[in-house]
Amino acid sequence: MTGYIIKRLIAMVVTLWFIITLTFFLMHSIPGSPFNEERNTSEAVQRNLEKFYHLDEPLYVQYGMYLKSVATFDFGPSIKKSSQTVNEMLGRGFPVSFELGIVTLIVAVFSGIALGIIAALRHNGFIDYLAMTIAVLGISVPNFVLATLLIQQLAVNLAILPVATWSSPKHMILPTLALATGPMAIIARLTRSSMLEVLTQDYIKTAKAKGLSPVKIVFKHALRNALLPVVTVLGSLAASILTGTFVIEKIFAIPGMGKYFVESINTRDYPVIMGTTVFYSSILIIMLFLVDIAYGVLDPRIKLHKKEAS
Amino acid sequence: MEKVLEVKDLHVTFTTYGGEVQAVRGVSFDLFKGETLAIVGESGCGKSVTSQSIMRLIPSPPGRIADGAVLFKGKDLTKLKESEMRDIRGADISMIFQDPMTALNPTITIGEQIIEGIMQHETISRQDARKKALEMLNLVGIPNPSERLKHYPHQFSGGMRQRIVIAMALVCEPEVLIADEPTTALDVTIQAQILDLFKDIQKKTGVSIIIITHDLGVVAQVADRIAVMYAGKIVEAGERREIFYNPQHPYTKGLLNSVPRLDLDGADLVPIGGSPPDLFAPPAGCPFAARCGYAMEVCDRVYPYKTHLSRDHHVDCWLQDERAQKMLAGVK
Repeated sequence: MTGYIIKRLIAMVVTLWFIITLTFFLMHSIPGSPFNEERNTSEAVQRNLEKFYHLDEPLYVQYGMYLKSVATFDFGPSIKKSSQTVNEMLGRGFPVSFELGIVTLIVAVFSGIALGIIAALRHNGFIDYLAMTIAVLGISVPNFVLATLLIQQLAVNLAILPVATWSSPKHMILPTLALATGPMAIIARLTRSSMLEVLTQDYIKTAKAKGLSPVKIVFKHALRNALLPVVTVLGSLAASILTGTFVIEKIFAIPGMGKYFVESINTRDYPVIMGTTVFYSSILIIMLFLVDIAYGVLDPRIKLHKKEAS
Repeated sequence: MEKVLEVKDLHVTFTTYGGEVQAVRGVSFDLFKGETLAIVGESGCGKSVTSQSIMRLIPSPPGRIADGAVLFKGKDLTKLKESEMRDIRGADISMIFQDPMTALNPTITIGEQIIEGIMQHETISRQDARKKALEMLNLVGIPNPSERLKHYPHQFSGGMRQRIVIAMALVCEPEVLIADEPTTALDVTIQAQILDLFKDIQKKTGVSIIIITHDLGVVAQVADRIAVMYAGKIVEAGERREIFYNPQHPYTKGLLNSVPRLDLDGADLVPIGGSPPDLFAPPAGCPFAARCGYAMEVCDRVYPYKTHLSRDHHVDCWLQDERAQKMLAGVK
């Protein structure tokens, strides 16, 4: 097992290096620079600025310097918000995004799986159709539409929940709902289809023939086998939810990480683009690693390390 | 002999988009204590549906026990509540399915899969249940059982898995064991071992076995009595020797003729031509008439009555009618 983990860690570093390299050169291949704006800066100022951020050096030198600083977990200063470093921005934004993300994930996973199970057990019944209608709506209605509708109905018309900001549990309800619906729908559909498949398996018939109760059959025998495909999507889903979503955070005025992704690209804030990308990639890679570990836990046939088979 | 199970005029239908499929159309048989009854027939004749209906395991909907009764110790199983039925499944009547590769849950250790069955039906501590599981694994011939309890199904070979499935089915000492094609998925040597195991266990526990198969070789090895099914009906039934040496129904004869034989060197197999009737609209007369070399006019119109040839041996065929017998005698 430790051998496997070490191998995976090395692979993760290599993957990350690929991502950094690609992003770095792609970013610099786009014409323009952070200081090319409508505002007129004098030639001398521009040159000084570029010198300060080492933008006047050849690209491979900049690349080398960047790799060195990333290796020490220093993402450098922001160009546009000159008083802040990228580390500070991530340190401030990520906890908020993470909080929203975790709550959203919990809601999405539990309600999605529950909905999927109920739909599968009542296959082709009214509840199944209802659950799948909700799921299709959840997938096809964009979350910003849902968010605005929720705000209008629950916060403005009924005035039972706050409109925006992020300060108390009550404030968390609307953004969580808006953000969780899509993933919930995806999870519900996946759970349903894989549950339906598992329920026709012979070992479910065996469990029935043993006289087990329906509850035991569903939760002990079926669910575990049905969850593998759900776990697969969960990795990337979790990474994207945990690192913040621009739209939902914008709508609810939540000071998360999402805005840095988008703003940095618009303003060519090179260190921030790199920082957010590296950060997101790291989370994604870690999540995928956790998913692989979860496979081994869920299904004993999947061995993470070779040997030890009989 | 004591009657353990009595199936009376069982009708099972499946509702599909194309209409009602009458999979089982009035099947009756008795099962006595300690005997092995083989139900044989080709694919789709209703033998599996019959066996699953006894345990009420047919998927419903679309399946439905439309008529008839299944009497187990005087109780009609078709009338029981689902929760009462659950108490019978696994405890009084057990079932073994065809493919041991898929009949075990891949994510649960075999120990747990056996123990959960015991704990479902008996008030017993986990330790005692585990002890019982060990004894059972010993009985079905799993070497090193205490170690093997912790293993998952994929760590066993096909034959070993079928032994585990059998252990699981027998661990609560049921009175009836229904084995649906228990050896079809196994190779021939393992097949022989498993059949020996059935006989061995029957001797030790006195369990009554219904074995569903299309393999007459299996039947010859284990069955005491044989019921031949065709198109949802039992067309002939009797003791093993009677069926093998004195088959009366043309379908039974056809089945026996289509078995490869080592003693008749070079003889061609004689298949039964044609295919079984459509059970959406089963024929009014004998369902085998269209494929039968002896079919008479009456066969197409009226289903034959049951003729008893001996205490046990009975057949549904118009050839048994004395008028037909007279005619046959005349031909000779």
